[in-house]
Amino acid sequence: MTATTSRVNPNVSAATARAAAKAANENQPVTFGKALNTALADSLVADDSVVIFGEDVGTLGGVFRITDGLTARFGPERCFDTPLAESGIVGMAVGMAINGMRPVIEMQFDAFAYPAFEQVASHVAKMRNRTQGKLSLPMVIRIPYAGGVGGVEHHCDSSEGYYAHTPGLKVFTPSCVEDAYLMLREAIDSDDPVVFFEPKKLYWSKEQVDLEQLARDYDAKKSAKTEGQARIARAGSDATLITYGPSVSTALEAAKLAAEEGINLEVVDVRSIVPFDDDTVCTSVRKTGRAIVIAEAQGFASVASEIVARVQERCFHSLAAPVLRVTGFDIPYPAPTLEKFHLPSAERILDAVDQLQWEA
Amino acid sequence: MSAEATFGRISEVSKKFGITPEDYMLPARHMINLLNPDGSLRPENEQGTEPGHEYPLPSPARLMEAYAALVKGRRVNDQNSALVRQGRMAVYPSSHGQEACQVAAALCLGENDWLFPTYRDTVAVLTKGVAPMEVMTSFRGEWHCGYDPKAYKCAPMSTPLTTQLLHAVGVAHAAKLRGEDTVVVAMCGDGATSEGDFHEALNFAAVFNLPVIFFVQNNKYAISVPLSQQSAAPSLAHKAVGYGMAGERVDGNDLMALMAIMTRAVRMAREGNGPLLIEAHTYRMQAHTNADDDKRYREDSEVQGWIAKDPVTRMKAYLEDAGLLTDAALSTIAEDAEVVAKALRDGMNQDANTDPRELFEHVYSVKSTQLTEQQALLVDELDREEA
Ligand SMILES: Cc1ncc(C[n+]2csc(CCOP(=O)(O)OP(=O)(O)O)c2C)c(N)n1
Ligand SMILES: [Mg+2]
Repeated sequence: MTATTSRVNPNVSAATARAAAKAANENQPVTFGKALNTALADSLVADDSVVIFGEDVGTLGGVFRITDGLTARFGPERCFDTPLAESGIVGMAVGMAINGMRPVIEMQFDAFAYPAFEQVASHVAKMRNRTQGKLSLPMVIRIPYAGGVGGVEHHCDSSEGYYAHTPGLKVFTPSCVEDAYLMLREAIDSDDPVVFFEPKKLYWSKEQVDLEQLARDYDAKKSAKTEGQARIARAGSDATLITYGPSVSTALEAAKLAAEEGINLEVVDVRSIVPFDDDTVCTSVRKTGRAIVIAEAQGFASVASEIVARVQERCFHSLAAPVLRVTGFDIPYPAPTLEKFHLPSAERILDAVDQLQWEA
Repeated sequence: MSAEATFGRISEVSKKFGITPEDYMLPARHMINLLNPDGSLRPENEQGTEPGHEYPLPSPARLMEAYAALVKGRRVNDQNSALVRQGRMAVYPSSHGQEACQVAAALCLGENDWLFPTYRDTVAVLTKGVAPMEVMTSFRGEWHCGYDPKAYKCAPMSTPLTTQLLHAVGVAHAAKLRGEDTVVVAMCGDGATSEGDFHEALNFAAVFNLPVIFFVQNNKYAISVPLSQQSAAPSLAHKAVGYGMAGERVDGNDLMALMAIMTRAVRMAREGNGPLLIEAHTYRMQAHTNADDDKRYREDSEVQGWIAKDPVTRMKAYLEDAGLLTDAALSTIAEDAEVVAKALRDGMNQDANTDPRELFEHVYSVKSTQLTEQQALLVDELDREEA
């Protein structure tokens, strides 16, 4: 058999060229957005009942290109544009899920998911319960969220609290490339509705991740579960920073700076806001005895408030200081020029670390 | 589907009837009405029909089947109102006066077809085949809908107005993507047509060319607010044209006309001609629910005026005059209705056997650690109560 020659370099065989390309690929950093895109594509391959729709997700591939190429590859019946109506998108997804599909729908931006809130709160969250388990709604609502990208008003909300407050919904938010892939696959395979929050400032972030290997492990059911599982993003011993989504990188930055001053901070990435992993969070706090909860969302009546309450209820006797919060102020999101004053920064986190009653 | 393609589809349909796309989408000049209030058949030129808006009379067997369901529906409405008065049912939004609409909405459907009802549509749900006690589960104050929606192809009765219309669109869309033959009837009231989801559902159904029939029971009021304060449209059926679908008005107390219109609508939808909007003119003879006082917003004389248009007496008179309804048939129909009423009385007179522990079981597919803890708290409370 004569080996075919590579068209790119006629001096090497096609097989060698493929191997070289693959090796190069493995060393290529992958963006967060590409991991999400690959998770969607792999889910479409794995399960015929998966359908993707929303505003501009077809031909354009989404305003953030997360659905890029899916219509071309899988056809307009698997990935398509809808009329501009968020309640319509969610409501139609409910009906499709009732009738055997697994819809994965995109809300274009956090604040533009609000028109759909009635469908989410009254039906997506309750259908299983109000039918005594007869109807399940396996559907994913993807929401690009949070700030830090210079977006204008109505494009930077951290709206996770509304959904986390609603029983019947699961709420996930990945903070690294590997989780972007694995958590979206898990969300799509979940028999419960998942609101999947994608920190939009991470879409272009890159990490060295072998997506093909991740996919093989996931399909072989060898990957560790992420639902209900927080992740230790950085091991430490002096205090615990509890955070999620867009604030994980800020917390890691703060931990790095603190290390230079000899303070060793542990960073816990919640990942799955609902269901919440009390075990991992509380084990860390009991070990360190100090904790700060960090989130972009306004602090009043927020996910951060809930975490503080849970930690003090469970870890009171291990605490050396009150559990503090570093969150957005209780003001409308000040996009875009003043957002830096609103968002939790590494400096603000370090100020909070200073207040953890070290002298005691 | 592009806008041109969608309108092209409407042009194709209208050609079948030899009329313009506009004449196809706009409702006929008059509402479709086959029977006079006294039960006599109206002359053909007074039925409201027009070229392209013609509705063949249902067969005698079909009419008899519908009449039996109508009598059963009336009996159930009145039985339930009585059970509410006796404190055996928590709340009941009666459809007394609207039973012809309810029966037609369910009877026009085939085995693979779905119904999406509201809180007012218990008689439609019953006619779709759901067991009487299961239909009334939520009204007796239980926390769930009481029936398996998939088994009956009947969604839980929806209270958040018009939200269910979008679910109907989704069910039809899923079926279409899989190449299945499924028509969906999605119901709502006149007031509900003001809601945003009404608009979104009709638009989605038209754009995706889905076999959904939007069936609006215009009973003139949304609790206390009359239709004139909901809409300035020439009629609710006229809203169809704005979405690129056909609309029609029908006398909602004329079971014959309803059966004729809904049967054609289902056939049209099944043949791939897209969604339709049907507005049925009817009247809510009783208060919004037992908790409402309709004396505060309407004159008794107005209510009395509608007694003469009652759907049950009208259909009965027609069938008797046509020699279809014998005394024997009448008593069989009444007995069958009484069986259902008795089942409801017996069922409601037994205390509901609910277990508060179950409240945690169906929130998620697998109970979370947190819900397991909360359930244990409640169980502990219950145990201490028993001890
Ligand atoms: C979204 C929403 N808003 C308000 C209500 C409260 N509500 C229940 S029934 C009703 C009136 C609806 O009138 P209509 O659509 O004409 O139906 P009908 O009750 O006359 O059958 C209202 C306002 C509701 N159920 N859902
Ligand atoms: Mg009404």
